Amino acid sequence: MTVQANDPAISVVSGKPASLRPVLEWIARRAEPVVIGLAAILIGLALFSLFILAIGKSPAMLFQLMYTGGFGSWFSVQNSLSRAAPLLLTALCVALPARLGLVIIGGEGAVVLGGVAAAAMATPLAGTAPVFLTLILMGIAAMVVGGIWIGLAGFLRHYRGVNETISSLLLSYIAIALMNQFVEGPLRDPASLNKPSTKPLPPEYMLGNIPGMDVHWGLVIGIVACIFSWILIEVTSFGFAARIAGGNVRAAQIQGLPVGKLIVGFTAIAGSFAGLAGMVEVAAVQGSANASLAAGYGYTGILVAFLARHNPLAIIPVAILLGGIDASGGLIQRRMGLPDATVLVLQGTLFIVILFCETFFGRFKIFNPDLWKRSL
Amino acid sequence: MEETGIGIWGVPLAILAGAIRVSTPFIFVSLGETITERSGRINLGLEGTLVFGAMTAYAVAVMSNSPWLGVLAAMATGAVFGLVHGWICKWPKVNDIAIGIAMMQFGLGLAFFLGKPFIQPAAPHLPAIQLGFWSSMPQIQAALNINVLFLLGAALAFILWWAFKNTRIGLILRVVGDSTDAARAMGINPDRVRLLATAVGGSLAAIGGAYLSLYYPGSWNEGISSGQGLMAVALVIFARWNPIGCFLAALLFGGTGALGPALQSVGVTQGYYLFYAAPYVLTLVIMIATSSPTRSLAGAPGALSLTK
Repeated sequence: MTVQANDPAISVVSGKPASLRPVLEWIARRAEPVVIGLAAILIGLALFSLFILAIGKSPAMLFQLMYTGGFGSWFSVQNSLSRAAPLLLTALCVALPARLGLVIIGGEGAVVLGGVAAAAMATPLAGTAPVFLTLILMGIAAMVVGGIWIGLAGFLRHYRGVNETISSLLLSYIAIALMNQFVEGPLRDPASLNKPSTKPLPPEYMLGNIPGMDVHWGLVIGIVACIFSWILIEVTSFGFAARIAGGNVRAAQIQGLPVGKLIVGFTAIAGSFAGLAGMVEVAAVQGSANASLAAGYGYTGILVAFLARHNPLAIIPVAILLGGIDASGGLIQRRMGLPDATVLVLQGTLFIVILFCETFFGRFKIFNPDLWKRSL
Repeated sequence: MEETGIGIWGVPLAILAGAIRVSTPFIFVSLGETITERSGRINLGLEGTLVFGAMTAYAVAVMSNSPWLGVLAAMATGAVFGLVHGWICKWPKVNDIAIGIAMMQFGLGLAFFLGKPFIQPAAPHLPAIQLGFWSSMPQIQAALNINVLFLLGAALAFILWWAFKNTRIGLILRVVGDSTDAARAMGINPDRVRLLATAVGGSLAAIGGAYLSLYYPGSWNEGISSGQGLMAVALVIFARWNPIGCFLAALLFGGTGALGPALQSVGVTQGYYLFYAAPYVLTLVIMIATSSPTRSLAGAPGALSLTK
């Protein structure tokens, strides 16, 4: 807007110490997402409390239990962290393409196929190859398959103009059908009778726990992936180009940026993280690929990414928070007699309110130093 | 299946019967989504509306012992979901696609939450019309045992097709959908039209849900929908925003869904699960074949965020 007000010379003219204003501007610009985000969460919790009151239960008791069940003890903290691990990766599957202006909602498909690919890779290796090598190869297989799957949505978007939201959704349904086909057919372990599964990993091949914790290594993988993504977006020129393309595709093309490669690259990286989530599910939790892979991590990841406003570092606390809410579901069910879907209602309420609060961005003068009075 | 006596002809018959039985929710959800998208807005949350509608219809039918009261109640809740979606999306900077996903999660959560006590009791079913009375073959009788909602959905498709072209409301809807500015210049409030279009779309989607819980499969549980609400978005694109196209596409989707079980009944068991993916593959292939990076999809409403 008014470029003048940004000029450092003006704050000198205003008579106030010139050093104060840049600091305040810095704080104001960064405070906007935090303040609006927290306000949105509070509004969401208030609406949810009204709902709980309406059905004749105590919201205070519910939030108390939610805290106890999610973060009240070392045991529950570990439970929450374990649940957060896949969400970190599936949220990245939404957040990375979102920086390019793409809405990808098919992460579930990449999770499922990543899990199948990891299990398929492990089947011939388990028992013969070294453990570490097997796990690395499982991870690579899952990332390649997941990357191809979501990268395909990006490819179709750029080169064929197919809407990526719909194509990723269709691809995720196709992926679930493919998984069922593989798990019931060529990859099925004859010993799995009631629940068709691939051959289970031998216990020594499982991705173990972080030393001193009852949380598997998936958490570390997820956090590393978030940090890597943050560096990719915020530090590298690749990420800078992607942010420009996300802001204005035409401008990026006029600048000569390789928009197509950026879109395919970012969606492929995003998909490979979701695929990795599937590998972690197989190697650390399930021990084999089966229908439990489609447990909705892909869909909860969408919520996490939007809550974190597609900032990879913000995904870490948000995923842990949602993991905690998820972990407390059982306690709420037992103590208050509420259905396990209570957690879903809370998540949905928060999701709607937070998206609604996007409308408040840029509306408050206090967050926009360009509109401040000069006398400040 | 018992010995048929019609041999291999059982396959097309089973597909036809399956198409009619499975397609009804698709018809209603896709017609609802067509109305919403023709107004220039996309509601990805119809899956939540559909499941909530299924729950409401079942619960009201259990309590009142009237399936039709259940359908009406489902329509009312569907309209409320649509109004919420429409109201939130009128605000600047709010992404209608993301709100749809959020509404879907909210609708599913609320339906599972409130529907918990209704998993056990049995609700009265919606009536069906025996159109196969002329045949002595039980397969044909079963295939032509058609629910009233299917016929209503078919009629609605033709009425909407006519109404989009020939009525004042249809014209207003199309103007708003094609150009927000043109609509404003005509003195139409685009937000209000989209609000109403989303509400109507939601109530139609809820009828689709009511069919699921009150006729086929005819019970309420948390896995009642196999993604019909989400598929509708793809189906509408497939049908090029044309109501009659939606009806035919719904039959096609229903038929491909029935292909797997029908082939299995005559001994073809290979690739059973892949048949479930057939409608999705079909939609994707058609989207790839007809999309272009340089222009929007033919027949797409101009103001629709989806095709930009």
